[in-house]
Amino acid sequence: MSNEKMTILIDGVAVEATEGQTILQAAADAGIYIPRLCNHKDLLPGGHCRICTVKINGRPGSSCTFPVADGLVIENDTDELNAMRRAIVEMLFVEGNHYCPSCEASGNCELQALGYRLGMINPEYPYQEPKNEIDATHDDVYIDRDRCVLCGRCARASVQLDGKRVFGFDGRGLGTRIAVNSPDGLGGTNLSVDDRAATICPTGCLRVKGQGPDIPVGQRAYDSTPIGSDIERKQTVKQAT
Amino acid sequence: MAVSTSNQKRKVVINPVTRVEGHGKVTIQLDENGHVERTRFHIIEFRGFERFVQGRMYWEAPIIVQRLCGICPVSHHLAASKAMDVVAGVDQVSPTAEKMRRLMHYGQTYQSHALHFFHLASPDLLFGFDAPVEKRNVLAVLAEYPDVARKAVLMRQYGQEVIKATSGKKIHGTGSLPGGVNKNLGAAERDTLQARVDTMIEWAVEGLELCKTITKADLDKLVKFGSFESNFMSIVAEDGCMDLYDGKLRVIDADGEKIFDQVAPADYLDYIEEEVRPWSYMKFPFIKSLGKEKGWYRVGPLARVNACDYIDTPIAEKERQEFMALGGGRPVHATMAYHWARMIETVHAAEKMKELLADPDLQGTELRRKGERRNRGVAWIEAPRGTLFHHYEVDEQDKITLANLIVSTTNNNEAMNEAVRVIADQYLDGKEITEGLLNHIEVGIRAYDPCLSCATHALGQMRLQVRLTDARGHLIDEKLRG
Repeated sequence: MSNEKMTILIDGVAVEATEGQTILQAAADAGIYIPRLCNHKDLLPGGHCRICTVKINGRPGSSCTFPVADGLVIENDTDELNAMRRAIVEMLFVEGNHYCPSCEASGNCELQALGYRLGMINPEYPYQEPKNEIDATHDDVYIDRDRCVLCGRCARASVQLDGKRVFGFDGRGLGTRIAVNSPDGLGGTNLSVDDRAATICPTGCLRVKGQGPDIPVGQRAYDSTPIGSDIERKQTVKQAT
Repeated sequence: MAVSTSNQKRKVVINPVTRVEGHGKVTIQLDENGHVERTRFHIIEFRGFERFVQGRMYWEAPIIVQRLCGICPVSHHLAASKAMDVVAGVDQVSPTAEKMRRLMHYGQTYQSHALHFFHLASPDLLFGFDAPVEKRNVLAVLAEYPDVARKAVLMRQYGQEVIKATSGKKIHGTGSLPGGVNKNLGAAERDTLQARVDTMIEWAVEGLELCKTITKADLDKLVKFGSFESNFMSIVAEDGCMDLYDGKLRVIDADGEKIFDQVAPADYLDYIEEEVRPWSYMKFPFIKSLGKEKGWYRVGPLARVNACDYIDTPIAEKERQEFMALGGGRPVHATMAYHWARMIETVHAAEKMKELLADPDLQGTELRRKGERRNRGVAWIEAPRGTLFHHYEVDEQDKITLANLIVSTTNNNEAMNEAVRVIADQYLDGKEITEGLLNHIEVGIRAYDPCLSCATHALGQMRLQVRLTDARGHLIDEKLRG
């Protein structure tokens, strides 16, 4: 990767970017938050969730996969895009059984936090109410597929960070589900609780056993500031006037 | 409206009971001579939490089951945590964890008792059972007794602040987990609560004095009202002291003699059995050794004050002794004495909060312990309305396979039916359901419990009515409320 500098325009603000970066990375470096769910800073982009969709020279594209180029004009924080993102989050909510009040991930859940940030009040789409048994066959980690958003983080982390192939996708379309590479369930895989894949889930789907809501209310990740605040705190650019 | 029938038997139904959380239905069946033959206090609401938790992970239970209730979620939160302590192999949580939980529990008892007495029951006591409907609510108390109402609101607020400081939220917090808690009490939180705790004791004593004054002014009527004799059940400490958070089970008979004592939670099924009756979604528990007919009992403040040997806080103990004198050496059986006992406990909870807030263990840092996993956990707690049982079975993969909850209202089920029967017998006049009868039945139910929503076990509708039927079950009169 060369270090060639370039300038892109995000919502009218000139942002310096480096060749090889994605739009999402360049924006984050400048303190501009583009909502995202499947993306993780330690993983190669997956482009699964489409929440980071921005308009690139007027055409929609996922900012986590789209490389910067000099002079790109990006729309990010617009009513239209945020409404689209909210719709995606709502669809993710109704596709699973996301009971935040009794979910141990509540307060630290990126899906829940996106719902709040994007102003989701109540899903407009019909609940699908899937029926999935929890896979608790592993001694230390369990999967509650009712809370899976198919972000694929666990699958990418297992390959890219742990050097294993514990997770993958199975099925197509609405029938897609996160799968494990053993017919005996998670307990039949070589997943270790110390693997990055075990703790990289953005929701309450893949959890280390026995934790419960161990972080007190008030100290959880999104109790006092919305998701993306960490990025926005390092804002280095001034809003265009 | 009265319905005449060719037959002499009739049935009365009161539905819904107002100022009772949840819904119920009362059916009064008359015999051929127009006397009350039997009454049924139906609970026709469904919660289903015993099924919801099946297949869930065991550490989720304390945050799932507390959603049973918005008034006393802490009781379910803590009872489930205690049962899951056993499952997690922790026989004794750390002193910090135990005291944080106790503080949470006393905060909850305090706010819930204040709600029960001041907001829900005091209109009956201050304005009379037959006062017009527009007067029998907390707003009328606010208008005519503004000082009482203001303090009642602030007492609840204080209890809720204690719950927030210990569980993270005023309602449905997450403070307690299998094996301990997730936070201690910060010095700033402690100082804020300590600053007001003496006032809370003072106001609780004022509430108790108000309750005593009202009761003594009409003692003859109130002692007889809806009263009957029964066994009483409560958790007590090893030495017989009142303990609302933990202890062993004691049941005394109508004379105060012990039927059993110091029964451990794990053994509850050897002593208690539950009967299912087709007309109610709520089960009827009874003491096995006495059988279905004689084995029912009462729980809650009256049962606890009657069953304990003493209370370990000075003001409440002095008040307990005065209260027990009413029974003349036997337990106090009056239904309306529940309120008096409730206010003694309110004082006790405030005294306990003061004691705990001064304890440096609350600032300790050992929050959670671990142990060897077990497959069964049973625990109980004295919830504001009475003894609450939580029993879980957990498989090798940490999933809950069975849950049995015997909630306070279920424990009081037969007793509440009996109270309604006695009141119907005392106040049913002729073949019509009068306003007076409705009011009196409601007052009787409220003495035990304003909460019905948590106590049901099967699917049903959510309405309450009072029906009067004849001996053949034909409807004679019906009144709906709410």
